[in-house]
Amino acid sequence: MPALFPESASTMASRVDALYFFLIAVAVFFSVLIAGLIVYFAVRYRRRTPEGVGVNIHGGLLLEIAWTVIPALIAAVIFVWGASVFFAMSRPPDETLNIYVVGKQWMWKFQHLDGQREINELHVPVGRAVKLIMTSEDVIHDVFVPAFRVKADVLPGRYTNIWFQATKPGRYHLFCAEYCGTRHSGMIGEVIVMEPSEYEAWLSGSRVEGSLASTGEKLFQDLACITCHRADTQGRGPVLQGLFGKTVQLQGGETVVADEAYIRESILRPAAKITAGYQPIMPTFQGLISEEQLLELVEYVKSLNTQQSPAK
Amino acid sequence: MRTLVLPPHHYLNDGYGIKSWLLTRDHKRIALLYLAAITFFFFLGGSFAVLIRLELVTPPGDLVSDETYNKLFTMHGVIMVFFFLIPSIPSTLGNFLVPLMIGAKDLAFPKLNLASWYIYVLGGLFTIYALVTGGVDTGWTFYTPYSTVSSTTSVIPAAMGIFITGFSSILTGLNFIVTIHRMRAPGMTWFRMPLFLWSIYATSLIMVLGTPVLAITMLLVAAERVLHFGFFDPALGGDPVLFQHLFWFYSHPAVYIMVLPSMGVVSEIVAAFCRKQIFGYKFVAFASMAIAVLGFLVWGHHLYVAGESVYAAMIFSALSFMVAIPSAVKVFNWTATMYKGSISWKTPMLYAMGFIGLFTIGGLTGLFIAAVGFDVHVTDTYFIIAHFHYIMVGGALMGYLGGLHYWWPKISGRLYPESLAKLSAGIIFLGFNLTFFPQFILGYLGMPRRYHAYPPEFQVLNVLSSAGASILGVGYLIPMAYLMWSLRYGKIAGANPWGASGLEWTTTSPPPTENFAETPIVTEEPYTYPLRAEAHLG
Ligand code: HEC
Ligand SMILES: [Cu+2]
Ligand SMILES: [Cu+2]
Repeated sequence: MPALFPESASTMASRVDALYFFLIAVAVFFSVLIAGLIVYFAVRYRRRTPEGVGVNIHGGLLLEIAWTVIPALIAAVIFVWGASVFFAMSRPPDETLNIYVVGKQWMWKFQHLDGQREINELHVPVGRAVKLIMTSEDVIHDVFVPAFRVKADVLPGRYTNIWFQATKPGRYHLFCAEYCGTRHSGMIGEVIVMEPSEYEAWLSGSRVEGSLASTGEKLFQDLACITCHRADTQGRGPVLQGLFGKTVQLQGGETVVADEAYIRESILRPAAKITAGYQPIMPTFQGLISEEQLLELVEYVKSLNTQQSPAK
Repeated sequence: MRTLVLPPHHYLNDGYGIKSWLLTRDHKRIALLYLAAITFFFFLGGSFAVLIRLELVTPPGDLVSDETYNKLFTMHGVIMVFFFLIPSIPSTLGNFLVPLMIGAKDLAFPKLNLASWYIYVLGGLFTIYALVTGGVDTGWTFYTPYSTVSSTTSVIPAAMGIFITGFSSILTGLNFIVTIHRMRAPGMTWFRMPLFLWSIYATSLIMVLGTPVLAITMLLVAAERVLHFGFFDPALGGDPVLFQHLFWFYSHPAVYIMVLPSMGVVSEIVAAFCRKQIFGYKFVAFASMAIAVLGFLVWGHHLYVAGESVYAAMIFSALSFMVAIPSAVKVFNWTATMYKGSISWKTPMLYAMGFIGLFTIGGLTGLFIAAVGFDVHVTDTYFIIAHFHYIMVGGALMGYLGGLHYWWPKISGRLYPESLAKLSAGIIFLGFNLTFFPQFILGYLGMPRRYHAYPPEFQVLNVLSSAGASILGVGYLIPMAYLMWSLRYGKIAGANPWGASGLEWTTTSPPPTENFAETPIVTEEPYTYPLRAEAHLG
């Protein structure tokens, strides 16, 4: 006897399962009702003489209204329930452990903030909300962890994210769920959920060259970003300390919240959104740096918030 | 009892040469040209499905290479959707019946009708060209940027094949719309039309309004692939998700192109084999129109996990629930029609009952995945595969087979062998459920679609599914064989073997080239029983 239900190992799993059970109940009720009536009528009213004709029934307005309104009400309940689960899925808690994900044909690369890198394996602690910030180097992929009931496309040229909080240590399938070419079904991996203490041990046991932010800082110097973006206000570009999460005033009066996607775009297509009060002199880095280096730069810019308050 | 004979003159013996077929303007002969072509594509697409199911019997990818596997499911989807399901009922039964049911001699534009067939065949040739030059591996959905920058297969010929057949759809739809508006016999008011015509009318609207968007999308894919215009590839400044919006703007309504005509067929069969009026005729008729309109507003439910905003997902979810209501109304009305009917258990009725049951399951699982929070888990898994096969195979294809059996005596003048037909309808029903029901479970367990190899814990359900597929395959071959056999050896049917109402049953079987000796005059509502005396005559 094969399993009929997947393992549930995240806080979201039981919520999705509850909805699933309700949906099954609705489906079974109506399928049995319709199938039962069809079979019953087919037997009860089978034609007995070759000339037999049926009896026309008129004036079923009340019935028509009933079987329009009742399904509509049930649909409304399912809609609200499905929507509330989805809201929970798309709103991560304030405090999350962030991990960066880069998909490429046909592998998953994970980067932890402290600098650990993994391929096709992702170690996370149990009981802590984890947010994956994801992008693709080539075509569309999709991160899917059935045991957590979460899934999101991983798009080139964009950051998408999902979050989950694992509830049970163990090893769980990670699938690429968006068709991405020849070895799509080989683009699989495992999420390894560990007790916090084991996780700490794993973190310190892995060889690292430095945290993501520190690698990003090195890049920031190597790519000469530092010549324009200085911690004092003397540079030709804006001060980046305190930028992340801030609302930026753009040329032309619009504003934008400086999230990961904005920082990414500022580096790849600086001309797309010009910060008010500055000249469009920043060179584009499109094609010059990889998605992973971009993530390091983004993480470095984010880390500037906590280092020191920006020089005003 | 009087022995029945074929009428001396009918559309099938009105000329025998190959030219009399290839240059015909008779809608009935064109219907048969389509029948031959789509049957070919059905078995071609079906043979790919056989290979897919064989590969999935074991967890590792061992029967064919991953590259081949990807091409198999792509070609299966492309052929079944664009070359079988979309044209199936409209171009065969629709072509045959629209003029007969409204009491006309032909469609409004007979030459255009023939042209549509040639366009379809040309599109088919492009697709076969794509196949013999190595196949395509993008999935029938052609998602960018994979299809435009990454795939190295015959994407352009396949896209052109779809682009071209699209015009055949558009022209057929146009022909039906004009015919239904302009050529109804005296007395055939809109609300005296058989429900099949309402369905075909609604379907035609979708074909005419939706297909151009698909055509443009395919052109954009070709332009980006060949000329490197940046529509979809972010590296060229494009937006990959834009493609998905365009694609589903057509391809969601296309689901209704496939299933609405089947609903029309089911209405006809249920009325004829219960010998009574359809309960709530107007509700069923308007439900078709509502589905056609609402169907255009729900494409975003394919993009819940594709980076769509939370609020967009909410709106598309709500609209998707709304489109389910008219479908539910139809199911209830068909069921209610059976109450106090005089129900004959002939093969078409078995298919119609099968349709109602399977479409109900397909529709109900549609409610599952319209709920965003649930869909996140099952989208791109086998749950979706199961759901849309319940709609398209359990629904659309069952309706098509039911209709083919119901009107076969009219088309061929002869009866198919009833017991064998009932047996194969049973085999198809069983095989279908065994193939696709386990896939719902597989999907919820998390098996992604389009996987050449899979973890071993999914094997049992996959083996069940493959076993079902082999039964299903046999179930499809039997009707193919006995329908061909009956063309020559079947019993002569007579004008109205079912004692059914409807203008098509008042003329001879097969009908004369001009359909009716005299233009009929309609004086009553559809599905009026008992029939007026003359309609009974053979
Ligand atoms: C030639 C000088 C120059 C260099 C080199 C340069 N920038 Fe900039 N940068 C600017 C200017 C000027 C702006 C503001 C105008 C604009 O938005 O394009 C800016 C804007 C930005 C912003 C948006 C800041 C805000 O407040 O909205 C970010 C983030 C950024 N740069 C990061 C980088 C990174 C990372 C590098 C190195 C890879 C870099 N820059 C290299 C001049 C430069
Ligand atoms: Cu993939
Ligand atoms: Cu859809």
